[in-house]
Amino acid sequence: MTRGLALVIATVIAAGIGCGPSADPKGQTLTGIKQRGEITWGADIQGGEPFVYENPDNRSELIGFEVDIMNAIARRLGVKARMVQYTWSNLVPSLERGDFDVVMNGLEATAERRERILLSDPYFVYAETLTVRAGDSSRSIFELAGKRVGTLNQTFAHDILLMINGIEAKVYEGNEEPYRDLELGRTDAVLLDNIIADRYGCTQKTLYCVPYDVARGSYVIGIRKGDADLKAAIDGALAAMRKDGELEQILRKAKLWDDRQTVAEAGPGVNRPEQSFDGDMFMQFLAAAWVTLQLSVIAFLLAVPLGMLLAIARVYGGLPVRALARLYIEVFRGTPVLLQLFVLYYGLASYVNLGPMQAAILGLGLNYAAYEAEVYRGALLALPRGQGEAARALGMSPLQTLWHVMIPQALRIALPPMTNDFVSLLKDSSLVSVITVIELTKRMTIAAVDLRGWLVPGLACAALYLVLSVPLSELARLLERRLARDQRPHTL
Amino acid sequence: MISVRTLCKRHGDRSVLENVSAEVRKGETIAIVGPSGGGKSTLLRCLNYLESFDSGSVKIAGFELRPGMAGGDAKTLRQMRSRVGMVFQQFNLFPHLSAIDNITLAPRIVKRVETAKAEALALELLTKVGLRDRASSFPHELSGGQQQRVAIARALAQEPDVLLFDEPTSALDPEMRDDVMEVIRDLAKGGMTMLVVTHEMQFAHDIASRVWVIDKGTIAEDGPPSQVVDDPQTPIAREFFARLRSAKRD
Repeated sequence: MTRGLALVIATVIAAGIGCGPSADPKGQTLTGIKQRGEITWGADIQGGEPFVYENPDNRSELIGFEVDIMNAIARRLGVKARMVQYTWSNLVPSLERGDFDVVMNGLEATAERRERILLSDPYFVYAETLTVRAGDSSRSIFELAGKRVGTLNQTFAHDILLMINGIEAKVYEGNEEPYRDLELGRTDAVLLDNIIADRYGCTQKTLYCVPYDVARGSYVIGIRKGDADLKAAIDGALAAMRKDGELEQILRKAKLWDDRQTVAEAGPGVNRPEQSFDGDMFMQFLAAAWVTLQLSVIAFLLAVPLGMLLAIARVYGGLPVRALARLYIEVFRGTPVLLQLFVLYYGLASYVNLGPMQAAILGLGLNYAAYEAEVYRGALLALPRGQGEAARALGMSPLQTLWHVMIPQALRIALPPMTNDFVSLLKDSSLVSVITVIELTKRMTIAAVDLRGWLVPGLACAALYLVLSVPLSELARLLERRLARDQRPHTL
Repeated sequence: MISVRTLCKRHGDRSVLENVSAEVRKGETIAIVGPSGGGKSTLLRCLNYLESFDSGSVKIAGFELRPGMAGGDAKTLRQMRSRVGMVFQQFNLFPHLSAIDNITLAPRIVKRVETAKAEALALELLTKVGLRDRASSFPHELSGGQQQRVAIARALAQEPDVLLFDEPTSALDPEMRDDVMEVIRDLAKGGMTMLVVTHEMQFAHDIASRVWVIDKGTIAEDGPPSQVVDDPQTPIAREFFARLRSAKRD
């Protein structure tokens, strides 16, 4: 009986480990793949069509040309292939950690990546395509100095933009948003792989894709350092597929076959200069911290009066006013602030064209107003009844009573939770990077990629957050001592 | 100065005030006594419409109050209240303001008196209640008796025609009551029209021009203290004073 139980527990534990990183010893990945009969590959379905995406007719099935290619490779290795979902920007670090065997998801062959991991032979040759608004005369990225150009984070296109003086690169996470912002005039051009441009940009009537390739590059499969035998096996499989026409067939099926695929070897990509955490990067961090501080302070200055109005509406308003205030609070508190930012910046873009900073401040301000409202409501309800009576007996109007008697006292009570909320807002402000604002956390993730490590930029980022939040809570403490001097703790 | 006509007020099916009628002339000091729950405070609070009533009317300081006054009458009520001061059992000072700011707030924002003028008057009033040196103290830095004296100064700062006191000494330790009663006594001597709800019989006896005994929502007895306190006529008043004396002996 006990032995049976032990066996069950051991099995469960083993299964649990099985779900974690594939724990093949260093350099033994190919052996592990053969033993397991399975090759795991990291990708992000957010990259969408045509790479890896959910079959619209059957959501549980993943399709895309990379699925087909990986399945063909696996078949030629005599194993099965399984895709593992990861955030795109974390694919390479996760590969290095051993979370899966290989990366295959529009990974561009750059010299920088070649230093860090092994890269297979290319399975697709792409062109960097410049997209501008129809009617714009620009035809080359060199004409775009002083303009804003959208691209995706951590791409070859981003590297190219960074090398051209005077171009302000706007970094996005999704394929569609760069082209939407271009249409809306928030940017002046987009530089991205043709595979993305063809699907998301060139199809828009209002946009024009410049027909000359800005540059060419290739998609490759990323393999951990030390797994040379795995690279050889994958390269062998790819070569065989190219020879017997399976690769062409897969790319034709995905409508990706073009003349570029027959060119022997694409360029090696550019090498971004080696970077270290130097004075320049520190200044970038300071600038990002300033963005974070500005954003948080202005958003909070919006949240406080709006929250107070909502609280007053809930406590003293008539039924319809109360109901409206309650609805506002429930909606803004009950849905993710990330969603609210998306709706504000992208969803409402055709009605009100907000800049990213404006949308970020407005989004965080509106969201935090809901939280502040409940804090102030509690504080207003905590005030003794006699305060309002005394004010009324002195002949004050309801507004005078609120302004001179109730609000100042409610704010004194609300000061500790308000400090809490402000510190929380300071950190939540990192969410606005989804609408292209580069604040402190975003700066840190960018630096982490440039520096190929998270530790130093992570610590710098944490230190700056503390530099911002500690003095603010200290200030709040002083303010509390000044304003609420009669609020001493009770003796227990 | 005050004229109450057949005032009625109910809480659900319980009658709180029943056909109360009374007159107060300018300069009179009325002590309102009676058992707890008899309607003393309710009557007082109806006089400045902190509480509404169901029928009857009140004329006070030249304003007429009727049942069901609401939004449209808000301005009238505010004007009336700046002529009728009120002092509460729990003082109800504004804790976030210093003594002098407590006193000047209403004159500045309700009557729009210039700050300098309001402050000069406030200092005068603080001198009157013996707290000239505590002008910049905050309520929590003052004793209960001092807070109540500031509250009286605050009510006086509106230069009211009538002052209503709702048990002004009940929340105070005995040794602090004297200072507050002393201030009220001075006001009475100065000719201020006042209604004071109190449990202090000696005090009522000393300062009042008339004493009202209120029980079960009616004014059971109304007359000079020498008559009402020393020689009550109605059974209700007699019983009330008898019980008070026996309680004192215990």
